[in-house]
Amino acid sequence: MKFSLEWLKHFLDTQASAAEIAAALNAIGLEVEGVEDPAEKLAGFRVAKVLTAAPHPDADKLQVLSVDTGEGDPLQVVCGAPNARAGMKGVLGLPGAVVPSNGMELRKSAIRGVESNGMMCSTRELELGDDHDGIIELPDDAPIGSSFADYSDSSPIFDVAITPNRPDCMGVDGIARDLAAAGLGTYTPHPAPDVAASYPCPIEIRTDDPEGCPAFYGRVICGVSNGASPEWMQQRLIAAGQRPISALVDITNYVMLAFGRPAHVYDLTKLKGAVVARRAKDGEQVLALNEKTYTLDSSTTVIADDAGVHDIAGIMGGEDSGVSEGTKDVLLEIAYFDPASIGVTGRKLGLASDARTRFERGVDPAFLDDGLAILSQLILTICGGEASEVVRAGAAPGVPKVVAFDPAFTAQLGGVDVPADEQRRILESLDFSVGDDWRVTCPLRRHDIEGPADLVEEVVRIYGLDRVESVALPRVDGVALPTATPQQVLERKMRRAAAAAGLNEAITWSFISEKEAAQVGGGHWVLDNPISEDLKVMRPSLLPGLLSATRRNLDRGAQSVRLFEIGRRYLAGGEHPTLVCVLAGERTLRSWQSGKAQGFDAFDAKSLCTSLLEASGAPVGNLMVMPADDGDSAQVYHPGQSATLRLGPKNVLASFGMVHPTTLKAFDIDVPVAVLGIHLDAIPQKKAAAGFARASYSPPALQSVTRDFAFLVPTDLAAGDLLRTVKGADKKNIVDVRLFDVFVGQGVPEGQKSLALEVTLQPQDASYKDADLKAISDVVVAAATKLGAQLRG
Amino acid sequence: MTELTTQKDNALAAIAAASTLDALDEQRVDALGKKGWISLALKSLGQMHPDERQQAAPAIQAVRAEVADAIEAKRAALEEEALAVQLAKERLDLTLPAPDAPRGTVHPVSQVMDELAEIFADLGFAVATGPEIEDDWHNFTALNMDESHPARAMHDTFYFPESDNTQDGHRMLLRTHTSPVQIRSMKEQGAPIRIIAPGRVYRSDSDATHTPMFHQVEGLVIDRDIHLGHLKWTLETFLKAFFERDDIVLRLRPSYFPFTEPSVEVDVGYAKENGRRVVGGSGDDPGHDWMELLGSGMVNRRVIEFAGLDADQWQGFAFGVGVDRLAMLKYGMDDLRAFFDGDVRWLQHYGFSPFDQPTLSAGVGARP
Repeated sequence: MKFSLEWLKHFLDTQASAAEIAAALNAIGLEVEGVEDPAEKLAGFRVAKVLTAAPHPDADKLQVLSVDTGEGDPLQVVCGAPNARAGMKGVLGLPGAVVPSNGMELRKSAIRGVESNGMMCSTRELELGDDHDGIIELPDDAPIGSSFADYSDSSPIFDVAITPNRPDCMGVDGIARDLAAAGLGTYTPHPAPDVAASYPCPIEIRTDDPEGCPAFYGRVICGVSNGASPEWMQQRLIAAGQRPISALVDITNYVMLAFGRPAHVYDLTKLKGAVVARRAKDGEQVLALNEKTYTLDSSTTVIADDAGVHDIAGIMGGEDSGVSEGTKDVLLEIAYFDPASIGVTGRKLGLASDARTRFERGVDPAFLDDGLAILSQLILTICGGEASEVVRAGAAPGVPKVVAFDPAFTAQLGGVDVPADEQRRILESLDFSVGDDWRVTCPLRRHDIEGPADLVEEVVRIYGLDRVESVALPRVDGVALPTATPQQVLERKMRRAAAAAGLNEAITWSFISEKEAAQVGGGHWVLDNPISEDLKVMRPSLLPGLLSATRRNLDRGAQSVRLFEIGRRYLAGGEHPTLVCVLAGERTLRSWQSGKAQGFDAFDAKSLCTSLLEASGAPVGNLMVMPADDGDSAQVYHPGQSATLRLGPKNVLASFGMVHPTTLKAFDIDVPVAVLGIHLDAIPQKKAAAGFARASYSPPALQSVTRDFAFLVPTDLAAGDLLRTVKGADKKNIVDVRLFDVFVGQGVPEGQKSLALEVTLQPQDASYKDADLKAISDVVVAAATKLGAQLRG
Repeated sequence: MTELTTQKDNALAAIAAASTLDALDEQRVDALGKKGWISLALKSLGQMHPDERQQAAPAIQAVRAEVADAIEAKRAALEEEALAVQLAKERLDLTLPAPDAPRGTVHPVSQVMDELAEIFADLGFAVATGPEIEDDWHNFTALNMDESHPARAMHDTFYFPESDNTQDGHRMLLRTHTSPVQIRSMKEQGAPIRIIAPGRVYRSDSDATHTPMFHQVEGLVIDRDIHLGHLKWTLETFLKAFFERDDIVLRLRPSYFPFTEPSVEVDVGYAKENGRRVVGGSGDDPGHDWMELLGSGMVNRRVIEFAGLDADQWQGFAFGVGVDRLAMLKYGMDDLRAFFDGDVRWLQHYGFSPFDQPTLSAGVGARP
């Protein structure tokens, strides 16, 4: 909220400068978002006297003035204001001055051929009001040549952000009280005036909704005249960012901003019958002051009469019963509404207002009578009229909270020793009453105080958070244990392994479009209120986000894109940490060595996948290569160039392969893309074994031996099956099998292929004799034969 | 014996003249082969009278050695020559480009999270995680934000349809902060506890400085005698370690968060250098200013109670800070949206080498 220093001084007797006050506001928790000094805006504008005014030779509506600026020769100024005349004093903007209303810098110029050395300004041009009918007229005693900022005694304006727990500071009065407690001056209370009431209230006021509106006070004032509000009030309102409208509206705004107390003024002649706080009927409508119609339901408290709803209670008045220029008789309403219901209604209607902000956070329940008296007195003074007696329907909550406080708790929680009598002084200056036994009675306006911790906050923020000394956290004794979980360690390892393999880590949105989600089988979690259609479905796979990023990179001219992301997939059953790598475009650019560019293929994905799994500690040797024939992600893969790696038939650790051409098309990608995905939560965590981290080992003393075998096998036999079979044929002797050739063509019968294997044998206790090698060979061939393989001659 | 001398001189001349290894080998065979003249001369020793032999043998042996040495020396010279020719032939233009190894990088957000984990590990904080798809009890209610709290307003929070509600009727949403991890960690681990919880969070907000998804790190300490002074020290220590400078100055301001009491907003002093904010120094120093960096406070006793702990026994502090923001302040990026675009050029520029793993001994910050 905004307020001027001048207004603040109405409530706070202080000599402090604007900078000191701003620093104090920050220190006590009223965050200063800005301090604006209108004097800066008014630099270059000064009090000047018009000596002569002659018609412009070439324009009917313009005059040529000779203006005394207090120094040197009078300046010639062309002016279009009808009220410009010889002898008057006004405000002259000199060349170089910047007009506050439009940011234009004034310059020496010629207007219709006549030289002009500045501008005589209107109220609106200087952002001091709305008047633009003529230039500002200053009194005769205004000193010619003085700076207009000095002359007008412009006051700095503070813009403070009030946290939602402090509705009591949503008025200048409350801010002054806080500042006084912090030693910035003396708080000046403004006791409510005695308002002369000369007749009973002519209208019935009651509350039929004691829950939503526990208290509804009102009174009538007859015979007002609703003109413009006085200058001093307008200035304060303008400083606070409120546009002056009419005296009655301005006065309610003034009370709201000065005391944080919203109230409402009805045009009495527009009301029929009793004025009642009640629940709205379902479907009941009201045209609010913002000229929008709202449909209400029975959760909403309204102020209504016999004709219908006039006010969405505590949020916004109705258009029909609002005051106008011709209003003569008014009903003043000052009520206490239940904060929670105001919040519910406000959110339901999507309707924000200054009143709602205050009622929702809680206004001062003890400030109904006083607020009404202040409001009444201002109206009587400014608009005239005669006040009725006050009608009070219901009562606001009146039992103050009492907190048993121990001043030692301030040091225990706040970490700063504040002498007990200083704590007492602080609390009392904030209007708490502190008993000898340290039972603290809270002012009703402090809805935020729940217990001792809140009182510690009050004491510490006024005493000064900067006086809290840093105290080292005690170190935990003993050997430091790892603080990351195995899953976190795994993610870190995988991240750096993937980056070390030449991929760039990307972070893409957790939400994707429905269209993208459909490409990977659709997502379970669909946002009710997405920020856009593109960010609507929680990704069931990381692939769409990475493919989109890939496309963007390709569009920018990248020839190869290597991206990976570690993040969560969001499935119906939970969130799963996942690593996805995308290899798109050219693995090898065209080069003088290797000739043409080569695209990524499925074996690039397999190789990367295997080495990443290796890094993860997964038992890579035991993984089975199986088709990606199930699961939602299967459809993104080329059916003939993709596979899953499983630990057992059900447990899919990873999948890899080429992306399906249809998927690529959907993402507008026209280069081959190899991808892999690793389910990080499917990788078995190694159990910490007793003893050493490694089993004992010494390299074998005897030389290993290799033997080559070439088999003819049916074309559709998976090479992996032959490898696994051969490897398992003699577990004692065979330590490795490497497939080094696949051949189809001359010498190989139709429907068959030739697979060549290099088998590594490791003798244990004695070197192999010919007979040993023959025996092992026979076992290998026999095992292979079971798969339909035939040893090539 | 003159015959032998003549043969030797002829042979040595021929050896010297041999220009190829083949020609040299001919000389070897001619002299030292089975039927070579030296071999024959040696054989002839057998038929000699012992006296004669005693005289002839050393001479023949000397000739043999001389010729053999000459052949060996010539062979070495020829081989060396041949190698020189071969090496000259094998010369490559090494200014030609070698195949490029692709350079992978770690995202700045991941790097900063690793840095944070390292710094806080030293202070005894474990790293905790929680779900991003949360229920409103953990995200709001348990953090002392009841149904009517303004922060629950639709414009802040991404919600899922009511059909996704939990069995107890809690509305599902995307967590708006990492604070629900406080509740989950306290419930799971009890007290005392020291954790940080980094992760993705979501707000329905998008402009130049806000993205609907961003990263936060939460800190939580619950113990018996923890107070505001410990919070201040922890934040100072963490920020000094993170920014790797001793002149980090914090300004604590009273503020309001429903889940802490007292609540403290923390500003950090910075200087504007070449249009960039450089953290360090007091915000009140000339050329300096303050910027809001993080929110914190002493955990509200209601939150401790919601988490199932005895609030009369346990108290502590919590804080939350934007990870992307920390990364920007430390490493100088100025556009948050670029963090989530996956532009390889950006990743290569701002990303980190996989071998820049932050460690306490090497420093938590990557070097230029």
